Amino acid sequence: MAIVTQPTPAVPTPPDRTTPPGAGPDAPVQLFRRPTGYSKGIWGWLTTVDHKKIGILYGVTAFIFFLIGGIEALLLRVQLGSPDNTFLSAEAYNQAFTMHGTTMVFLVIMPMSAAFANYLMPLMIGARDVAFPRLNAFSFWVFLVGGLFMYSSFFLGGAPNGGWFGYTPLTREMPGNNIDFWVFGLQILGIASLSGAVNLIVTTINMRAPGMSLMRMPIFVWMSLVAQFLLLFAMPVITVALVLLTFDRQFATNFFNVEAGADPLLWQHLFWLFGHPEVYILILPAMGIVSEVLPVFSRKPLFGYQVMVFSGIAIGFMGWGVWVHHMFATGLGPVATSAFAASTMFIAVPTGVKIFNWLSTLWRGKIRLTTPFLFAVGFVTMFTIGGLSGVTHAVVPSDTQQTDTYYIVAHFHYVLFGGSMFGLFAGIYFWHPKVTGRMLSETLGKLHFWLMLIGFNMTFGPFHILGLQGMPRRVYTYPAGKGWDFWNFIATLGSFVIAASIAVFILNLWKSRRNAHVGPDPWDARTLEWSIPSPPPEYNFAEIPLVTARDDVWHRKYTEDDQGRPVLREGMQAGAPIGAHVEAKHPPAGADDGEEGPGGPLSGDAAPPDAEDPSGEQGGSGHEVPEAEHAEEEPHIHMPSPSYWPAFSAVGLAVLCYGVMYKTWIVAVLGAVWILGGFYAWALEPATAPEEPELETPDTETTDEHATVSAPGSHE
Amino acid sequence: MGVAARRQGRPKGRAYLLATTLLLTLAGCAENAPQDFLEPEGPVARRIDDLQDPVFIVAGLVFLLVEGLILFAVIKFRDRPGRPEPEQVHGNTRLEVGWTLLPALILFVIAVPTIKAIFDLSEKDPGALQVTVTGHQFWWEYRYEESGVVSANELVMPTGRPVELTLESVDVIHSYWVPKLAGKTDVIPGRTNRMSFEAERPGTYQGQCTEFCGLSHANMRNVAVAMSPADFDQWLADQKRPAATPSDGSPAAEGLQLFNGRGCSGCHRVEGVSEGNIGPNLTHFASRGTFAGSIFENNPEDLRTWLRDPEAAKPGNLMKIPGAPLSPDEITKLIAYLETLN
Repeated sequence: MAIVTQPTPAVPTPPDRTTPPGAGPDAPVQLFRRPTGYSKGIWGWLTTVDHKKIGILYGVTAFIFFLIGGIEALLLRVQLGSPDNTFLSAEAYNQAFTMHGTTMVFLVIMPMSAAFANYLMPLMIGARDVAFPRLNAFSFWVFLVGGLFMYSSFFLGGAPNGGWFGYTPLTREMPGNNIDFWVFGLQILGIASLSGAVNLIVTTINMRAPGMSLMRMPIFVWMSLVAQFLLLFAMPVITVALVLLTFDRQFATNFFNVEAGADPLLWQHLFWLFGHPEVYILILPAMGIVSEVLPVFSRKPLFGYQVMVFSGIAIGFMGWGVWVHHMFATGLGPVATSAFAASTMFIAVPTGVKIFNWLSTLWRGKIRLTTPFLFAVGFVTMFTIGGLSGVTHAVVPSDTQQTDTYYIVAHFHYVLFGGSMFGLFAGIYFWHPKVTGRMLSETLGKLHFWLMLIGFNMTFGPFHILGLQGMPRRVYTYPAGKGWDFWNFIATLGSFVIAASIAVFILNLWKSRRNAHVGPDPWDARTLEWSIPSPPPEYNFAEIPLVTARDDVWHRKYTEDDQGRPVLREGMQAGAPIGAHVEAKHPPAGADDGEEGPGGPLSGDAAPPDAEDPSGEQGGSGHEVPEAEHAEEEPHIHMPSPSYWPAFSAVGLAVLCYGVMYKTWIVAVLGAVWILGGFYAWALEPATAPEEPELETPDTETTDEHATVSAPGSHE
Repeated sequence: MGVAARRQGRPKGRAYLLATTLLLTLAGCAENAPQDFLEPEGPVARRIDDLQDPVFIVAGLVFLLVEGLILFAVIKFRDRPGRPEPEQVHGNTRLEVGWTLLPALILFVIAVPTIKAIFDLSEKDPGALQVTVTGHQFWWEYRYEESGVVSANELVMPTGRPVELTLESVDVIHSYWVPKLAGKTDVIPGRTNRMSFEAERPGTYQGQCTEFCGLSHANMRNVAVAMSPADFDQWLADQKRPAATPSDGSPAAEGLQLFNGRGCSGCHRVEGVSEGNIGPNLTHFASRGTFAGSIFENNPEDLRTWLRDPEAAKPGNLMKIPGAPLSPDEITKLIAYLETLN
């Protein structure tokens, strides 16, 4: 399949090796003209197969869903702000909490992590794209279709209302289509996750640059890889559960029909066998981000890299053996609960190791208190709280008191908001200059951080107390006199502080479009993505780098003195110190959305620093690699061509699901044909359009030589 | 009291709000929280509390240690002018082995009493009072196995004697919980779970359903009423009596006619009057302190609210009054009848 530009073994190959075998014959099926080249505008986005544009699409979409899920949360908090409140009806509240949970898990944290993995993983391993670029586009469009499908329920009779883990038999018996939207929506989203997981696993394993051994991979790539494997094995489990529930609801089968002898615990086992690895799917990428950010701003390597890798893998494995701790109150008997109590306690060990290693990374560093650093430390501190309350749940008798109360709600918000979301925000602030070429404001960033930290603790800290005072989760109302009034009121105030912090973030994003351009390496960072221009050119690397060390870019810049302290290599420049680039002037390239070609100077010694581009000069140190380190030089870079078919096929899934849900079989058949037709056209379409001329001459003169995209690259 | 204080606070501006907030903070600490399981009132809940308190302390100490070290590192090692480049430390095997083993050791120390408690709490007391609890959307039914007494929402129990509950559900999954007396156990259709607990002192202990069970999950509450063994025996004896019959011509007698005529009897059982078995058994309704999933006090005012529009009072409940809504006059008579059922 379409490994478009293969990094070859460490031995440099002759320049003409890229002539693909067996490429060439015109595509026999072309229903309409293929989008050409690196198209701009809406069609460029709809048909893109560039992992960076897809990453941006993932990120922007997930952020919009984050706002929607946040509004749902505010509605919940207003309703619970005072006892006996009637702001929301019971039905509205149940829909809001179901959609809040489902949205934040499946439409925010997972795709936001996918955004980082998509955008960064190829850059970090020195690849030009993912292994299957069109499958990558397909993943995104399926995700978007799944999200829109689920949200269309609000206009078609009411949103899902059975809770995010949809326990049967309740969800089997609930009338209306609410639950069907949830079931089919998750099924569609599962397809997106699975195809994305396969793609990213293959990319990581097969497309690393020469010298990028597994133990030289950036820790973010490692953690994402573990998360993708978890996805690969966990999604089928919930797929099975959802298929059974679909058959029960649509075709009156009896998988969960208690009257026919079904055991409701089947659903719980299936759901949590998926659901607990899912928790690690949500947290591991954020852990990876934090493990990248802390070393950069401590100016020290990650403490105990190997242990960090292996603890991540250990978490991945152990994550499969703890699912019953979601079911301690179901009466499974003392032997089973004891076993899972022990496994749940011991999964805290690799997690604890990570926390101590992060701490040691900071220890005796030279810490720059930048916004990404603050968010990363916020992650460590808040996640520690969530981890500790997690240990208290492992004490089964205590858990029978704590479970399904606000104490649990506090716990998983400390893990998923204080953990995952803080980590993801650290990543957004850290890589924003790479993605857009422009910095976010540090002032607004810090305001965002402190507001969010305060608001977060004000909202979710009191949840601990409320839980211990016996307030159950998922109640749309509570009477006065339970002693819960005060802390609920505080929590509601806190939720608005969080909302204010997000408003500051949006303002920061909005204002950043006018910020000056930065060079490739504004943070003086460590990994490969900082060796190429910001934003990166379509083909990422003009030459596939030869990797000689972990944190390769750092070691290109720095050597160590006899005390083990970093010393700048001769002729090298540290990355631009923060603030320096603000003065830098740059021609208005307008590349902040990553839409156009490379804006900055090319990496590699073939590209002399652009005299008109001071920012390039400033930060351009990292890429001045001695010639010997080039793995290969390619005169032509073959990038895959855009395609309509991934988006086209994805839409068919929604058509199919609407058809089945409304028992309109003609629509269902249309949907199936739609998908199959899309796949057929996709399969017969070569990865690179044969008739394509040189697609795009990047507007920077210096890059012409390398950026020429020539005729058929390969086949997919 | 919290609500009252805040209601006053609203019109009076910011200073007052601040004062009220402070007051509420103090009140929040002292306020009576009837479902607070950190203050147990029975041996099972106390056993759990004794187990979790040390875990909270250990977790608190680890919290202080880790967060303290992080804050210290961030402040102490932050970049200041003249700070030299740091030494490039890549790891330290001995340290890393240390902080792998240390948490493992702490967790092992926690695991041992945990597992002991799990087994201890699963033991049964042969002398326990046997009660079958059935979960319904959205109320609880109790059947006292030895005496055949059936009641709803309020678990009446003697002090000083364990109660063993056999948990069943007729519809979806619920979870039975009286926080001051014991942890929760799920009530799962098609399965039979058991839980037991004991109250030490007479009193009323609040609880509620803790597994999301549909629209009015929040309105599915329960109460355990513990009384001295003598009072409990008296209560059982009272419950075994047949239902009261209102005297002819009284409003209650008209209420009885309405009970049969307006469809109540189709769902509710009153011994000797009706055979319904969908809603709660009302034979001794007036002896209960609460009704409708324990969200209402059993008094004429609350009964009126309920009978006027059950759907508004408790969304999604199954009580559908056939035909026209009950008129105020009909409601008065029905209440009169219900009040005789003690």
